[in-house]
Amino acid sequence: MPLLQINHLSLDFDRGGRSLRAVDDVSLHVDAGETLCLVGESGCGKSVTALSIARLVPAPPAKYTGGEILLNGRDVLQMSQRELQAIRGGVVSYVFQDPTASLNPVFRVGHQIMESLRLHRPERANAAEVVRLLKLVGIPAPESRALDYPHQMSGGMQQRVMIAMALASEPKLLIADEPTTALDVTIQAQILELLLDLKRRLGMAILLITHNLGIVGDMADRVAVMYAGQVVEEAPALELLRRPRHPYTKALMNSVPKLRGNLPRLPAIAGNVPSLGDFPSGCRFAPRCPVARPECAASAPALLEIEPGRRVRCPYTTPL
Amino acid sequence: MSLLEVKNLQVHYPVKHGVFSRVKAHVRAVDGVNFSVAPGETLGLVGESGCGKTTLGRAIVKLVEPTAGQIIFDGEDIAGLSGAQLRARRRKFQMIFQDPYGSLNPRMNVGQIIGEAIDIHRLADSTSARQKRILDLLRGVGLDPSHVHRYPHEFSGGQRQRIGIARALAVEPELIVCDEPVSALDVSVQAQIINLLQDLQQQRGIAYLFIAHDLAVVEHISQRVMVMYLGKVVELAEARTIISAPKHPYTQALISAVPEVDPDSKRQRIILPGDVPSPMHPPTGCPFHPRCPLAQLPRCSTEAPALREVAPGHLAACHFAQ
Repeated sequence: MPLLQINHLSLDFDRGGRSLRAVDDVSLHVDAGETLCLVGESGCGKSVTALSIARLVPAPPAKYTGGEILLNGRDVLQMSQRELQAIRGGVVSYVFQDPTASLNPVFRVGHQIMESLRLHRPERANAAEVVRLLKLVGIPAPESRALDYPHQMSGGMQQRVMIAMALASEPKLLIADEPTTALDVTIQAQILELLLDLKRRLGMAILLITHNLGIVGDMADRVAVMYAGQVVEEAPALELLRRPRHPYTKALMNSVPKLRGNLPRLPAIAGNVPSLGDFPSGCRFAPRCPVARPECAASAPALLEIEPGRRVRCPYTTPL
Repeated sequence: MSLLEVKNLQVHYPVKHGVFSRVKAHVRAVDGVNFSVAPGETLGLVGESGCGKTTLGRAIVKLVEPTAGQIIFDGEDIAGLSGAQLRARRRKFQMIFQDPYGSLNPRMNVGQIIGEAIDIHRLADSTSARQKRILDLLRGVGLDPSHVHRYPHEFSGGQRQRIGIARALAVEPELIVCDEPVSALDVSVQAQIINLLQDLQQQRGIAYLFIAHDLAVVEHISQRVMVMYLGKVVELAEARTIISAPKHPYTQALISAVPEVDPDSKRQRIILPGDVPSPMHPPTGCPFHPRCPLAQLPRCSTEAPALREVAPGHLAACHFAQ
């Protein structure tokens, strides 16, 4: 049994009486100890999908319209408030993009980590455990840094504190939503290295949400690519990077400049990312797809398994 | 002859403190920078937050006042100019900003935004000539001319950046400072804007100072690349050379830290310890020495390395670069 199994999840947002489907029939799984990268551009539904795992998308305005989210076999969508409290920051912990906005500015960081310990591991809620966690995430002089307020720390250090807080409950699944997007390149490298190291040492699974395909190659065991609310491709990470099968994945990979790429001109994807409520009918990528056929606009393609562990939402993927 | 020549440029911000707002210290945001840009050339400028790259870009278009140094544009030093004299020269250099929404007035429609630039510099002698110019500019940046009466909020991020580009082009500049022009855009839209900037350069011969933190984007668009750290230029070379054979240890670490899409690239990631120091209290000697894997004490902590030519056209500020 996988640690996390999302089956046919659909989620609507109510906007001015209109129901807009932000997540459309998404199925994913994360096994214990593995890293799944969820890749996509703004508005593709990747963050909403991730937040719904601990039912953190407020309903209303959201409405969970279908599917199930099985965490250790138990459906999150059926849980009581009490059970949800226990899994939030418990079995599942989150790290978000902007650590400055996620930390409380008026409490010392040690205090904030202690708070997480009191909730989830009261037997270990002591100063020594706080210091151990800060040391675990590579903060130098943890005894004195525990007394710092968030503003006394750099962005990279703040993100390490966020990770320490997330680890306080010894989660089985760490959900990191663009954890390095707000950081500089050299600090990003430090945080990614830390996540890899923690995963090895603690054996937890990571769901990493990113728009950066480069991070996928460094971090992921498997990848799911989302576009306009749907999963369009899912594959083992190296397979996907070497042989992308969905036209969107291919186009996205080609349009990103690479170091030593030596291309005179970038093969850009035409048009814009469709926004919620304006998703095209039929195949949602068809209006921008370089290999679209007339029938693509008419019928919505299904997500089909083309080989074990590889699913693609396009009937015209070239055979290997 | 170069279009732009910057000599020993310094921008120091005073840090004020206490009841009488006494100046306590200075942040040396840009600390003695020299470089030049040729007509029609793209010079890339990379560095991490706080390295002074944005301040440098703004100083060149005189949005911040330089503390010292020369900015020689078309043979004339503009560093000390102000008022009407500066306004007359400003037509030749423009800027494009990172946040395409924050840099467009939400109460003006596209025609007014672009028209304002034309009016200030009196570039159209009749209403019809003005209107024709606006519509031509919209077409030139790939926007539908019929959208001329729309407001910024009605456009997507990529389209807004196109409006910002059209506004900069309206006065026919010779140099555009592009400050992170694609980093706020979706990945699939970034390539469109990069291609547009390259096309416009070819058609009109504009030079760019292209500021970005994404090394792959900078390598792609630039002929030469300059790397800054704590207000100083640490390396400057041809784009391909600096990426494939960087001489400065900071540049080496920066390039190795870029996550690469190609899973088969065999690179050794250099993880730098610590954070970028505060520009208010820069380290003594070489500003990079506390994080440098090659630092040799006491030389690196006492003696600031000069930016010197280590190979033809390749400058690096490291005692040990060869």
